[in-house]
Amino acid sequence: MSIKAWTFLFVGASFTLYLLIAWMSRVRDTKGFYVAGQGVPAAANGMATAADWMSAASFIGMAGLISTMGYAGGAYLMGWTGGFVLLALLIAPYLRKFGHYTVPDFVGDRFESNSARIIAVVCAIFISFTYVAGQMRGVGIVFSRFLEVDVKVGVLIGMTIVFIYATLGGMKGITWTQVAQYWVLISAFLIPAIAISFKLTGIPVPQVGMGGELVETGVTLLDRLDQIHDDLGFDRYTEAFTGKWDKLNVFCVALSLMVGTAGLPHVIVRFYTVKNVRAARKSAFWALFFISILYLTAPATAAFARYYMIQSLHEKSEEELPSWFRSWEPTGLIVWLDDGDGRLEYYGAIDATKSAENEVFRTGKLTGEELEGIRRDHRDWVSTGGASGKDGRRVMTERNLSGPDKDIIVLATPEMAELASWIIALVAAGGLAAALSTASGLLLVISSSVAHDVVYRVIDPKASERKRLFVGRLVIGFAVVIAGIFGIYPPGFVSQVVAFAFGLAASSFFPAIVMGIFSRRVGTLPVMLGMLAGIGFTAAYIIGSVYGGMPSWCFGIGPQGIGVVGMVLNFTVTLSLTPFFPAPSSRVQSLIERIRQPG
Amino acid sequence: MAEPLQPGIGEKPVNSEVMRRHWRTNVCIMTVLLLVWAFVGLGCGILFADTLNKFRLFGFPLGFWFAQQGSIVVFVLLILVYAILLNRLDRKFLGSQDSSQDADTGETSKDDRA
Repeated sequence: MSIKAWTFLFVGASFTLYLLIAWMSRVRDTKGFYVAGQGVPAAANGMATAADWMSAASFIGMAGLISTMGYAGGAYLMGWTGGFVLLALLIAPYLRKFGHYTVPDFVGDRFESNSARIIAVVCAIFISFTYVAGQMRGVGIVFSRFLEVDVKVGVLIGMTIVFIYATLGGMKGITWTQVAQYWVLISAFLIPAIAISFKLTGIPVPQVGMGGELVETGVTLLDRLDQIHDDLGFDRYTEAFTGKWDKLNVFCVALSLMVGTAGLPHVIVRFYTVKNVRAARKSAFWALFFISILYLTAPATAAFARYYMIQSLHEKSEEELPSWFRSWEPTGLIVWLDDGDGRLEYYGAIDATKSAENEVFRTGKLTGEELEGIRRDHRDWVSTGGASGKDGRRVMTERNLSGPDKDIIVLATPEMAELASWIIALVAAGGLAAALSTASGLLLVISSSVAHDVVYRVIDPKASERKRLFVGRLVIGFAVVIAGIFGIYPPGFVSQVVAFAFGLAASSFFPAIVMGIFSRRVGTLPVMLGMLAGIGFTAAYIIGSVYGGMPSWCFGIGPQGIGVVGMVLNFTVTLSLTPFFPAPSSRVQSLIERIRQPG
Repeated sequence: MAEPLQPGIGEKPVNSEVMRRHWRTNVCIMTVLLLVWAFVGLGCGILFADTLNKFRLFGFPLGFWFAQQGSIVVFVLLILVYAILLNRLDRKFLGSQDSSQDADTGETSKDDRA
């Protein structure tokens, strides 16, 4: 069977499974719709949280990111896992004890203010939409690359599936579908990694193989990579603080991602779905356990793929190039501009003393015509010996398009390692599972923020159960459509706003929730001012440096790590204002007492 | 972590003495685990990574290993330890609430943790 036939089979089978689960777990009340009736077992919730958390970016993008960044990629690994420690120790058990349906609910009740609730709602919706747009795009891309359908059709199919299971089963349907999606995505990630590890090092455990010796050489993989990188002018793979980030920036990015993770609403709400506080704690362990299986494998895949990539491309002639290069070239994820000698050369930043020049690029945001234009000019330039035309390599380098696209790493590794076509197809189903599971979790947050926090808690507190459920379904349906539109016509800023989502979560929710639980003294106004200061600073800094060309004036910290400063600012403003404002009412005092009490 | 020792102004919990002890133990466990979290993740993985890279663990430079493998393993273990300790503490607390209001039961739970 061909790759395409296998892909149709896997994607079709997994989608049927999701719909089947949705039908079996349809719900009739808001408790089922928002928090799955609070009866999800800890381990199952852990698995669902893992699928919820691991998005298209974790599945497709992360290994590629590490592969290009080497050591510094660890900031993402540590950031996205370390946040769960904060979540488990500082937030999850207490919010579960609190027992309501959403994060804005806690903020609103603890600080006795609908304005605080609304600020929280706006943050939750913004964060969720930022994220969900990327997921829908991911669905479209997987469809178009593996099944050769139009991106739009891909997004539409994805939307329909999510629409059915999210409106039918709400959180309950989403939870059990996510459990299934976890298995699909984790097997899709592990099987190629194990196969490659075995092939390269003879060790079937990728995490060990990564530190192992290459077959028949006696040199360890990482040493060899460092050496190749040295030879070709890249920064050494394992050396710390060589790339664009210095120590302070790696530190801030990691910490921002950690704190942001702990403040992301779609992850926090997952802990509302279990039976009690003890189950919430266990569930946090299971969540990180299941996540760590992918996160410990990703750096191994990254190193293997890096090695394969250079080995199979560098200094190869037209005929020697591997077949995966040919099959991925049309996607524009990898572009070769030959200097005329017929050999592909892949180099990093080369100093003037060496004559070698890099010939491997990616299309990035260039349109097909732009790329064709550059190719034509380049052919002219080569054939006339530089008399006319233009050196395409210079043009691409100036546009920061050196090296292959990072997404190719996960998508093409199975082909690089010449694995069976069913494994390649499995990766497509895995990518879809990762994107859909995250999208559905986020859509539920949007639905509950609007339908529960705004419509029910603020506008119409007397709404009947039926009406609330109806509004919930209506909003989720609406959100799916908007998310789909974002997926088809992606706003250009999507990739940059992910930093935004984490920065906002880190500078708004995390401090507010932590102070709400661990201090009896912090009152309404200080917390609101703190949140506004944190968000305001972070938003201004990110927008300023991404769009306004503002230099990183704050100790040289880049926009990705600035959430940490926003968080510190939030804490500082809130705590320094607290003594001048009244303590919370006795009702809130007993609420705090209650959420701290075990049981 | 501010004023964990002051009793609530509103309605008091069933046994405020045991409850306070429980909270104090909780905060204590939490602080220790968070210190380990910061030391391993932010410390070994980032702040000391360049120094640790001079040492090797099997085929890995040590700082690199902490950043891409070690810290994640430690994070998982930290949550496991927290869940086990706190769930045991909770059960003890709930048990003491059921059987008697005796302050001694609170003592036992405190000893066990150490």
